Amino acid sequence: MTAISHSTPTTAERPIISVRDLRVLFRTPGGKDPIRAVDGVDFDVQPGETLGIIGESGSGKTSLGRALVSLITPDSGQILHDGLDPTTLRGARFRAHRRDYQIIFQDPSAALDPRMTVLDSVAEPLAIVRAADDAARRREALAMLARVGLPRDLAERYPHQLSGGQKQRVNIARALMLRPKVIVCDEVVAALDVSLRGEILNLFADLQRAFGLTYIFITHDIAVVSHISDRIAVIYLGKLMELGAADAVMGEPLHPYTQALLSAEPLALPAALRPKRRIMLEGEVPNPAAPPSGCRFRTRCPVARPRCASEAPLWREVTPGHSVACHFAEVAGRPQRDAILSTSMQK
Amino acid sequence: MEAATGHAAPMTTGPSGQTCGIARTELLDVRSLSVAFRTPHGDLPVIRDICFTVAAGERVGIVGESGCGKTVTGLTVLRLLPERSLRLSGRIIFGGRDLLTLSARQMRALRGCEIAMIFQDPTSALDPVFTIGDQIGEAYRAHFPTTRKEARERAIAALASVGIPAPERRCDDYPHHLSGGMRQRVMIAMALICEPKLLIADEPTTALDVTVQAQIIELLSRLSERMKTTLIFITHDLGVVAEICTRMITMYAGEIVEDAPVDDVLVTPRHPYTAGLLRSLPGLAARRSALPSIPGRVPQLGQMPKGCRFQPRCQHALARCAKPQTLSEFSASHHVRCTRAREITLAGVVTV
Ligand SMILES: Nc1ncnc2c1ncn2[C@@H]1O[C@H](COP(=O)(O)OP(=O)(O)OP(=O)(O)O)[C@@H](O)[C@H]1O
Ligand SMILES: Nc1ncnc2c1ncn2[C@@H]1O[C@H](COP(=O)(O)OP(=O)(O)OP(=O)(O)O)[C@@H](O)[C@H]1O
Ligand code: SF4
Ligand code: SF4
Ligand SMILES: [Mg+2]
Ligand SMILES: [Mg+2]
Repeated sequence: MTAISHSTPTTAERPIISVRDLRVLFRTPGGKDPIRAVDGVDFDVQPGETLGIIGESGSGKTSLGRALVSLITPDSGQILHDGLDPTTLRGARFRAHRRDYQIIFQDPSAALDPRMTVLDSVAEPLAIVRAADDAARRREALAMLARVGLPRDLAERYPHQLSGGQKQRVNIARALMLRPKVIVCDEVVAALDVSLRGEILNLFADLQRAFGLTYIFITHDIAVVSHISDRIAVIYLGKLMELGAADAVMGEPLHPYTQALLSAEPLALPAALRPKRRIMLEGEVPNPAAPPSGCRFRTRCPVARPRCASEAPLWREVTPGHSVACHFAEVAGRPQRDAILSTSMQK
Repeated sequence: MEAATGHAAPMTTGPSGQTCGIARTELLDVRSLSVAFRTPHGDLPVIRDICFTVAAGERVGIVGESGCGKTVTGLTVLRLLPERSLRLSGRIIFGGRDLLTLSARQMRALRGCEIAMIFQDPTSALDPVFTIGDQIGEAYRAHFPTTRKEARERAIAALASVGIPAPERRCDDYPHHLSGGMRQRVMIAMALICEPKLLIADEPTTALDVTVQAQIIELLSRLSERMKTTLIFITHDLGVVAEICTRMITMYAGEIVEDAPVDDVLVTPRHPYTAGLLRSLPGLAARRSALPSIPGRVPQLGQMPKGCRFQPRCQHALARCAKPQTLSEFSASHHVRCTRAREITLAGVVTV
C-alpha cells in the first residue's frame, strides 16, 4: 500500500485507519526478551464507525491505542491514517496531522493540569497550535463546554473542584477542540459509576452523530463495548483473536477465548435466567515477553489440541467481515462452544 | 432504640419489625448505626440509621455508588476506623455481644478470628517485607498459638485451598512476585485461615479481569459454602451480587434504601433509586440506544435533604417525600425506604 495524498476525500471504501502487521515492543532494563505488547496485528477502521477493542489487563490495548494516534512509534509494521503514513511526516506537518487523531485516557484527573481552570484546559489545545486569538479561543472553549453538558459556572473552576464525571467531560471537550476525525477512548468510563457511565456513553454517541467522529473504544467491560460498538476486536497477549460485527461477536463468538470471556461476565439477572454453565478459564495471562508457542491462547484454551502448540493459527476471514485466529474456527461457533461447555462440565 | 435513630420518624411495622427486631437467630444485627467524621468545620455525617441483620450462612451484597458509605459500614462493623475522629451511635450485635462496647483488646481477639475482612486493594493489605507464607501463618498464630512449623503447614494448606499452584514453593514468595489475582487469593487464604464466622469482602474483584473475577467468585462461593462462612459482599457491580449473594442491600447517600432477596429485587425493585441503577446497566438496553440514566447528582455530605435523600433526583417525588423516610416492611423479606413503595410500579431487569 502506498501513501496517498492527504487531500483526497475520505470515502467509505478507504479506511480512516489501516493497521498492517503492527508490532510494539518494550525493552525493560533487566529482561533479555522485550515485552511483546502488540505482536502482529492487522485491521482497518472505517470512517464514522465505532470499533470496540476488548481484552484482559496487559493484552496490549493501551499500547495499540497509543500507536494508533502516533504517541508511540511502531517497532515494525505500518499504520496508515486515511492512506497516509504519519511516520513519514515531520515538524509542523506532523503536528497538524496529529490533530485529527486524539486519545482520551481512563483517569480524568491525571489528564488535567491541576493549576489550570477548566476553561484554560479546554482552550489550551488551540493555544498550542496557535489557532485564533485569545478571545476567540475562549468563546470556542465555552461553546464546547456547553456542548459536552457542563454548566457555564464550572468554567472557572479547577479540576479538584469537579466530580469524576465532570472531569471526564472536560477531557472530552478538550479532545474535541481540535475537531479530530478519530478519537481513541481508552477505558474512558471505567472510573465512573453506573448511572454516570450511561450519561457519558450517551454523550459520546451524540458527539459522534454531530461531528462524524470515528471511535476506537478500548475497554475491558463487555457490557459497555457491546452497547456502543459497530464492530468488536478481541485481543489476547498482543494478538487479535477475533474481529467482526458486534452482533456476530457477541451472539455467535467463534474463538474459544471470546466465548470464555463472554461467559465470565457476571449478569445482573435472577438465578433462573442466568446461564447455568460457564467456561472457566484456568490461570492468568502468561508473560508477554515469552508468549506460548503456536497459538498464544493454548495454555488456557479448554479445547487446545497438540497442533495448537506447534503451529500458530492463521488470522483469516471465516465468514464475510468476521475474522478469527483459531485452527478450528470453521467448525462453527455453537457446536464448538457446546463442546467446551461439556468438557468443562465433566471436570 | 427510637431515640438512637435521632429523628422523629413514625415507628410503623418497619424497622422494629424487621431489622431491629428479634425474629431470627441472627449472626449479625446492626441497629441504627450512624457514623460521622469529626472535622474542624463540624461533624460530617457519612452513614445514618443503618439497620440490617445477617443470618448465619447468608450471603448479603451491599451495593451503591461511589461514596454512599459501603466501606465505612464494613469498617465500622470491624471497628477499623480511627475512633477518636468519629461520632458513632447505634449497636452492632455479633454473636450476642455489642461490638461497640468491646475494648480494643477484645476487638483484636475477635478480628481475623471470628470476623475477617478482605479489601479491594490486596497490595496495600499485604506487607511487602514478609513472605506470604509468613503472613498467613502469623494470621493463624495471632489467634491460635502454635509452632512456626505447624503455622507454615497450615499456610501451605490454605494456599492450596485457594487454588495457588505449587503452594510449598509459593509460600516463600513475597507479595510483589504475585499477580493481582494471586494476591487476592492470598488475601482470601489469610482471611479464612481461622475459619471466621463472618467474612466481609470489600470490592475483592473490582481490580481484576472478568476471567479472574469469575475464578475468585467461584472460589469464595465454594469456600463459604464448605466452611459455612457468612458473607457480606460489598460491591458496586450488580452482576457480581446476582452471582454470589442471596440478598441485596442498596445504599444511597449514607442510608439503606432497600433490602431484599436478590432475585426479588432484580425483578421487582421497590425503591426508585434501585430501579434507576438496574435500568442504567448497559447490558439491558438495546445496542446503540440511549442509555437511561439517573438525572442529577448525589447530594454532598452535610447538604443532605431533610426528607427522602433521593427526592431531588426522583421522578416519582410528591410533597410528602419531603418528610424523613423510614426503612419499612414491604413484605416479610423486603424492606424499602420510600413512602410511595406501594403506589408505584417499577421496572426491573426483566419485564414480568
Ligand atoms: N512503557 C512501558 N514499558 C514497559 N512495558 C510496558 C509499557 N507499557 C506497557 N507495557 C507492557 O506491555 C504490555 C501491554 O500493556 P498495555 O498497557 O498495552 O495493556 P492493556 O491491555 O492496556 O492493559 P490494562 O487493561 O491493564 O490497561 C503489558 O505487559 C505491560 O506491562
Ligand atoms: N476518613 C474519612 N474522613 C472523612 N470522610 C470520609 C473518610 N472516609 C470516608 N469518608 C467519606 O465518607 C463517605 C462514604 O465513603 P465510603 O468509603 O464508605 O464510600 P463507598 O460507598 O465505599 O464508596 P466506593 O464505592 O467509592 O468505595 C464518602 O463521602 C467519603 O468521602
Ligand atoms: S488454535 Fe487451539 S489453542 Fe488456539 S484457540 Fe484454537 S483450539 Fe484453542
Ligand atoms: S420517598 Fe418519594 S422522593 Fe423518595 S424515593 Fe420514594 S417517591 Fe421518590
Ligand atoms: Mg490499558
Ligand atoms: Mg468503598
